[in-house]
Amino acid sequence: MKRLLTLIVLMLSFVAVRAQTGKNVEMADALRGSGKIYVVVATIAIVFVGLAIYLFSIDRRLKKIEKENYIKNQSYFV
Amino acid sequence: MKFIYKTWWKVLAVVLVFYTLISGLLFQVPRLDILHETIRNLYFHVPMWMAMLTALVISVYYSILYLRTGKEEHDLAAVECVNTGMIFYGLGLITGMLWAKYTWGEYWSGDPKQNSAAIAFLLYCAYLVLRNSIDEEQTRAKISAIYNIFAFPIMIVLLFILPRMTDSLHPGGAGGNPGFNKYDLDSHMRMVLYPAFLGWSLLSLWIATIRYRIRLIEHKKNAIN
Repeated sequence: MKRLLTLIVLMLSFVAVRAQTGKNVEMADALRGSGKIYVVVATIAIVFVGLAIYLFSIDRRLKKIEKENYIKNQSYFV
Repeated sequence: MKFIYKTWWKVLAVVLVFYTLISGLLFQVPRLDILHETIRNLYFHVPMWMAMLTALVISVYYSILYLRTGKEEHDLAAVECVNTGMIFYGLGLITGMLWAKYTWGEYWSGDPKQNSAAIAFLLYCAYLVLRNSIDEEQTRAKISAIYNIFAFPIMIVLLFILPRMTDSLHPGGAGGNPGFNKYDLDSHMRMVLYPAFLGWSLLSLWIATIRYRIRLIEHKKNAIN
């Protein structure tokens, strides 16, 4: 209960701080410009990098299994 | 050929696709009516077909090789290439339908290219069904290799020749396209589109090789038992 109260107080203080910020304060606004398209680009980039890493890890695991099965030593794909 | 076990072309695939994701969304594109920003779909919809085509071309290559050598692993390579090609085929169809909804007004407007894409899709579904309906391994490999070799040129005609001989909503049709004027690909767009073709093709090849390698292990296990 105490924790919850702290959380609510913190959230409210956040609202208060937000209300006080001036309009001409310099911020890192690049990601918020042009209709925020850069956020979407960044999301897509993260998704793709994640998938690529995943594919590489699958490839590595497969390599290990192939070694155990001596697949590489045979002359497949002539 | 140890090419499929090399890492450099997989890295190249990832780098190229990553580049096209960023540049495809942010680079300058021509301002065209109807299309607006959806012109960027060109970078993501068309490469699906390129990736499919790459997988299917390689599949035909291995089907021919199988008929010449009779090695089972060539048959397995051909099948896994078709399997991967079908994934990109589906993605191409779905992305195309979504794009069509917001530029042509309907998901499916009976455009010649859409219709023949659907027919060619069934053509390859028939390939997979045919394969699975034959129990004897050598017969299966032989018949499906021959079917694959004949299906490929028919798919090419259906997708890339017939739609261009009639009125089509797709670019290249005789009737022209409401959005694209022939191909108004400017040099900016080529800088994204061609790397996208290569990147997605390599990516589909990578997935196909992973499937093939798994298939090879399964095949070996079955042979031992």
